[in-house]
Amino acid sequence: MTAVPRLVEQFERGLDAPICLTWELTYACNLACVHCLSSSGKRDPRELTTRQCMDVIDELERMQVFYVNIGGGEPTVRPDFWDLVDYATAHRVGVKFSTNGVRITPRIAARLAASDYVDVQISLDGATADVNDAVRGRGSFEMALLALDNLAAAGFKDAKISVVVTRHNVDQLDDFAALATHYGATLRITRLRPSGRGADVWDDLHPTAQQQVQLYNWLVERGERVLTGDSFFHLSPLGQPGALAGLNLCGAGRVVCLIDPVGDVYACPFAIHDRFLAGNVLTDGGFDKVWKEAPLFRELREPQSAGACGSCGHYDSCRGGCMAAKFFTGLPIDGPDPECVRGFGAPTLAGEREVPRPSGDHSRRVALTLSTRPPARLCNESPV
Amino acid sequence: MFDPARGWRLHPQVAVRPEPFGALLYHFGTRKLSFLKDRTILTIVQSLAEHVDARAACRAAGVQAGGERPYLSALEVLAASNMLVVQERG
Repeated sequence: MTAVPRLVEQFERGLDAPICLTWELTYACNLACVHCLSSSGKRDPRELTTRQCMDVIDELERMQVFYVNIGGGEPTVRPDFWDLVDYATAHRVGVKFSTNGVRITPRIAARLAASDYVDVQISLDGATADVNDAVRGRGSFEMALLALDNLAAAGFKDAKISVVVTRHNVDQLDDFAALATHYGATLRITRLRPSGRGADVWDDLHPTAQQQVQLYNWLVERGERVLTGDSFFHLSPLGQPGALAGLNLCGAGRVVCLIDPVGDVYACPFAIHDRFLAGNVLTDGGFDKVWKEAPLFRELREPQSAGACGSCGHYDSCRGGCMAAKFFTGLPIDGPDPECVRGFGAPTLAGEREVPRPSGDHSRRVALTLSTRPPARLCNESPV
Repeated sequence: MFDPARGWRLHPQVAVRPEPFGALLYHFGTRKLSFLKDRTILTIVQSLAEHVDARAACRAAGVQAGGERPYLSALEVLAASNMLVVQERG
């Protein structure tokens, strides 16, 4: 059944449990991607223990959270990671985890292929090594492809290739799709958010206005089998309502939330900041209680003001865009998205604005710096 | 094809989570999510396996022949996405 407006309204008032729960298991990471949403690098010493993670899983089972999107950091570097995956799936909580591929050896790939309840998402931000490695670090392209090779060889069906769309890879969407086909995988593309370290590079990496149109057209023409996590609803006003698949609404605190490595619960995966902290699973009576009773979540489930967007005829299709994108670029929450396709975000973006200070940073001391040079041309050879 | 004169049941890998508006269905095999948009269709879906066919499940949920069409269409959509499977009679 397809979603109808009435359903969207229901979702805006919140559900008894999230549909889409992201759980960052660790802030530790072997990479230092320039746009990391969680500013990952070093492990937080207060990270939830194995037992505490299992308690959270028990609670998710009781709440009938069907699956969790596990990320990090790099979740597979936790020594108990595979045990936690097994524990979750044994408790009817499906697992989809995001990885840069570092631990996807042939042996692990075979183990993953044997489970119906585990989905693997390999992050890749360029269809070529130069474009990818400029964002994710040297060697990360090769590492991701090796992981995909291992999964395919083990017979793992339908892995996801997860791409954050940037100014430098938006021309590679067809190449990403070809890569996915080659590996028997599904392409997933999502929006670049100015969250975490992404705040430092967003100005240089986010797609230009022209590229947004290009992206929209690509999604409408070729996006039928491409997953987006309903990420691009800010693009909806570029065409007919409903042309983009998915629910066009911000799910933060209503159908979506995030649990971080120390058990803090945030409104959405792109909002790891004190402003969007709802509570903690250890100190606030458990996840269920935070989800149902946190004042922040109750507030997000109230009807939201359209604010400066109220007079725009497209408000119904984009709902003012992404809360996190506005917050982290220093724009008012009840105004246009920084990437508003009608151009209403641009003047505010160009004017005086105060970007919020990050409330947490787990970066290792030596972070990669973003090359300011545009990447070299795509090679003409097949990327696979 | 969805035949309302046959017995149906939820796919064993499908979980149902009731919500105030109806329910969420999740298929662990296909990893697809579906929505049931009211409580009546939820009742029908949850009791399908106890009835000889889909129409009988509708009747038991208080849906008469004249009003069954939207419910049968909903079941058809669910069957097409493998959320429902035919109940083999022993």
